[in-house]
Amino acid sequence: MDLPVLDHLFALTGALLVGLGLCGFIVLRHPLRQLLAVNVVGAGIFLILGGLGRGGSGTDPFPQALVITGIVVAVALTAFGAAMILRVAAEPAPENRQAGEDAGETR
Amino acid sequence: MTAAFDILLCVMILGTAGAALFLRDPLAAIVFLIVLGNLLGLAWLTLDAVNVALAEIAIGAGVTGVLLILARARLVALGDNVVCEPMPLWARLGAIALCAGFTAVLSCVVLSITPDSGLTARIEALMPRIGIENPVTGVLLAFRAYDTLLETFVLLGALVAVWSLGPDTAWPHPPAALRIFDPGLRSVAGAFGRVLLPMALVMAAYLVWAGSDLPGGAFQAGTVFAGGLLLAAIGGAIGLPRADSPALRLVLVLGPLVFLMIGLAGAVLGRFLLFPDGTAKMLIVTIEYALAASIAVTLALLVAGSPATPDKQD
Repeated sequence: MDLPVLDHLFALTGALLVGLGLCGFIVLRHPLRQLLAVNVVGAGIFLILGGLGRGGSGTDPFPQALVITGIVVAVALTAFGAAMILRVAAEPAPENRQAGEDAGETR
Repeated sequence: MTAAFDILLCVMILGTAGAALFLRDPLAAIVFLIVLGNLLGLAWLTLDAVNVALAEIAIGAGVTGVLLILARARLVALGDNVVCEPMPLWARLGAIALCAGFTAVLSCVVLSITPDSGLTARIEALMPRIGIENPVTGVLLAFRAYDTLLETFVLLGALVAVWSLGPDTAWPHPPAALRIFDPGLRSVAGAFGRVLLPMALVMAAYLVWAGSDLPGGAFQAGTVFAGGLLLAAIGGAIGLPRADSPALRLVLVLGPLVFLMIGLAGAVLGRFLLFPDGTAKMLIVTIEYALAASIAVTLALLVAGSPATPDKQD
């Protein structure tokens, strides 16, 4: 069981996750689902970083620290994205808003 | 045997990711994303990266999952059922072909890089100088402290951005309550939250302390405590604070502020973020406790969302 591909197993899985996530991001036509797809892309990138840092003498702590930083920034981005999606959904559509403002002025 | 486990794990990761992306039901998709986060945690364990496994499971699976489930519930309440608009077949096939090509190129690039331990040996050689044993904490808080300092400001900035998305009438009221409405369920969740909150606090304090020498650290600890805070809020054991509360703002800036102050003190002694010999461990643990408190409250409030107009609550 000494296939060369096995060394790259997790990094390759990461590359496939990036591809899957990207495909989901293009095909899914709802912002919340696209936000989920961005998270999958992020997870793939982290796995590439971690998988390529694993050599004979252990896993490189430097990409590990980068990945922890990345995970925290990804959750901050997700929270901001979700808040933006909710704000857009709560806002009436532009044509309705115009009508609403006119009604407000005449009241 | 290990190879078989690794291959099986990778197949499960890819299958779960596919389900999380392409299942029609949005709630099921989010649940699959949480499963994906846990499987990725296992992958990190296989890679001997316990620090990352903790962060991935706590933040990637836990906090992100709660965040998306809450966003979906709030969208449904607003009349948006999170249904994807249909896409023409040719566009879908084009997207699949494009992504397949991109994945092939990316895989070739990944295969052209030989995995190696990179900076492991150099970091191990430097560790005795800072008096702690967890190399990942060493990188985060000593060798690349600048990155971590900026990251804490990113987190704070994200919260300010989320707050600024609330409608004008909502400022500075608390976000919409997370409380469960069903009284029976709420009493169960409330009791659980009251028991869990102190346990989460103890666990978070331990994770920071242990994080100097064993896997753990400020981010993992902050997330565990944020989870406790969120469960207590869901059960109604604690309420959500107003955005203009001075105590809240103090906790939010405590971590970045302590970090920045210690960094500036280093600048006076010679270089920004310089830890004088012998004091590194004390300074790192101080920064980590302050950071964990700020991260916990920031993450919990990021999940809770923008301020809401009071009449929309309860």
